[in-house]
Amino acid sequence: MNRFKLAYNAGVIVLAVLAATIACALVLWAIGANPTATYITIFTGPFQDMFGVTEIFVRAVPLILVALGIAISFRSGIINIGAEGQILMGILAATATALALPSLPKYLLLPLVLLAGAVGGGIWAGIAGILRAKLGVNEILSTVMLNYIAAQFYTFLLRGPMIDPGELETGSGTPQSLRLPDAAWLSRLVPGTRLHTGLLLALVLAVGVYLLLWHTTWGYRMRAAGAEQKAARYAGIHVERSLVTAMVLAGAFAGLAGAVEVAGVHHRAIENISSGYGFAGIVVALFGALHPVGIVPAAAFFGLLLVGADMTQRSAGVPANMILVLQGVIILVIVSAKMYLNNAYAQEHVARFIERLRAKRPPEPAKTGGEA
Amino acid sequence: MNPGDMLHNILSLGVPFSVALLLASLGEMFNQRAGVFNLGCEGIMCMGAFLAFLPPYFLKATVLGPYGNLIGFAIAMVAGAVLGLLFALVTVTFRASQGIAGIGLQMLGWGVAGTLFRHFIGGVTGVEGMAAWPIPGLSKLPFLGGILFNHNPMVYLSFLMVPASWYLLYKTPWGLKVRAVGTHPRAADSMGINVNRVRYQALMLGGAMAGLGGAYLSLCQAKMFADDLVAGRGFIAVALVYFGRWSPLGILGGALLFSLAQSLQLAIQVGGIKFPYEFAVMLPYVLVILVLSLARKARMRGPSSLGIPYNREMRY
Repeated sequence: MNRFKLAYNAGVIVLAVLAATIACALVLWAIGANPTATYITIFTGPFQDMFGVTEIFVRAVPLILVALGIAISFRSGIINIGAEGQILMGILAATATALALPSLPKYLLLPLVLLAGAVGGGIWAGIAGILRAKLGVNEILSTVMLNYIAAQFYTFLLRGPMIDPGELETGSGTPQSLRLPDAAWLSRLVPGTRLHTGLLLALVLAVGVYLLLWHTTWGYRMRAAGAEQKAARYAGIHVERSLVTAMVLAGAFAGLAGAVEVAGVHHRAIENISSGYGFAGIVVALFGALHPVGIVPAAAFFGLLLVGADMTQRSAGVPANMILVLQGVIILVIVSAKMYLNNAYAQEHVARFIERLRAKRPPEPAKTGGEA
Repeated sequence: MNPGDMLHNILSLGVPFSVALLLASLGEMFNQRAGVFNLGCEGIMCMGAFLAFLPPYFLKATVLGPYGNLIGFAIAMVAGAVLGLLFALVTVTFRASQGIAGIGLQMLGWGVAGTLFRHFIGGVTGVEGMAAWPIPGLSKLPFLGGILFNHNPMVYLSFLMVPASWYLLYKTPWGLKVRAVGTHPRAADSMGINVNRVRYQALMLGGAMAGLGGAYLSLCQAKMFADDLVAGRGFIAVALVYFGRWSPLGILGGALLFSLAQSLQLAIQVGGIKFPYEFAVMLPYVLVILVLSLARKARMRGPSSLGIPYNREMRY
């Protein structure tokens, strides 16, 4: 009964969306904001002008990159929560490279800067990967800890060794690095906005990740190790190596996201550059079903949410932390709904339940849905 | 300052620092013993810290003023239990992946606490917090008195929780059920134990304790609330359960290790030894990674069904 299956899956999704919307509305209501008005601002506000629209994609670029990496790691059976720290390490490596080699021409410097970002993030994630593979350290805990460590290291460098000398002269002491040389900037796609060529890079890499995971032996090994470790090991796949590879790749993508962000948008390392992309990336990856085809639109959707949430902060006084609430609720709802989507077993239960309701209806119409 | 005084200072600061970790970690121990890995502990602590802060802040001038702290602790525990219930719904009933769901709960708790805090309070304000409550007689002991018996009542209470948790886990029928459900749920089920119900109960208990740990942070330790007050202590508490090998005494040791490291770091800074502030803040997080790396054999002794949702209708 294919139509019933469709209706069942649609029902699960509708319930999930409803649960998420209501949960967030409750929090909005608690702070005295009008939930409907807030939702309308979030979803329509960014479309009011060209700048708002491009800004959605400016946010989507790092989200795509981070989420691609997270998809690789989740598919390979290692959970990377450390994208936030990997982004910071990517930013540091990219900035340091750009500042160390200011005289290189653009066609050399820009790729080097991006590569440095990827390497920085990859190494940072590799720590957690190796600890997991060699010592069995829970990668969720280690990546969370590496996030906190990276955040401190980042502030330390920006306040100390990497601080813009001009900040020390004027005495304002804002923790930020020198401005990157022009040759390290990603060009703007639309003049007058912040949209940069990083978007094209992200889209190309999305195709790359698809090819890697589904059309290479390497990707097959990683997915096999993620799907069922014992079977993969029995088939001769080096599971530990695949875990480390997946983690390093995930970190490289997050680091690249940081490098792209610094080369495309801010042009110098400043504090709060990442503003939670590492965590939002997890939500985007899950929302996009851990597949590049899903991740790109999911990232655009979350770009919209982020821009919209900024607007509500300004117009309706809804604190920016609200985006965390939204993300948390969405994660909980997705992981729950996932267990029911395409679940023939649960579907059977629902079908039987409906049958029972139907059978009951004629004799006592008042008591439908009373039990079971 | 002579070394003896310094040691005394470090120890007497370190003991109360351990309480938040200890409470949350004991709660997490019950979760994990029942087979559920609750990373949302961090989010629950945030909510507990925030909600506990509200009553003393708003009731300061009213008749209920003197009871503000007590009401705060109670609310934090209830909220923690409710969040534990939510987590149970997601991971036990819906059987969702526990690691990712935990991160979701962490973001939710952190986000809700931050949003409500910015809306209702806004800036940094303190509360009076809990006063020290020296135990008559014992607090006058020459060296140990100041270290062990000159703290606020929550410190004594949470240290009493260690033997209480031990008793609950090993000497009561419910504790046996918890351990059975976390080790071999199918066997437990066939003996007539309702696996999901025990997991729900354990998660609610764990949530309440994490909420209490958070409340301790805002009411007794920092005596204020900020978005980043908890700062990863919930995750450290989860790591301590591994370090403590799922036993109350081991967890006590772990919590003390961390809090002493923290007070040692403070002492070093106060002592004027040049050391970048950021590296000092990093210390506990580095310590967690080290501790987890060294605790590799511990996993063998852990609950064997940790992290695996139970489905009684499946055959495997």
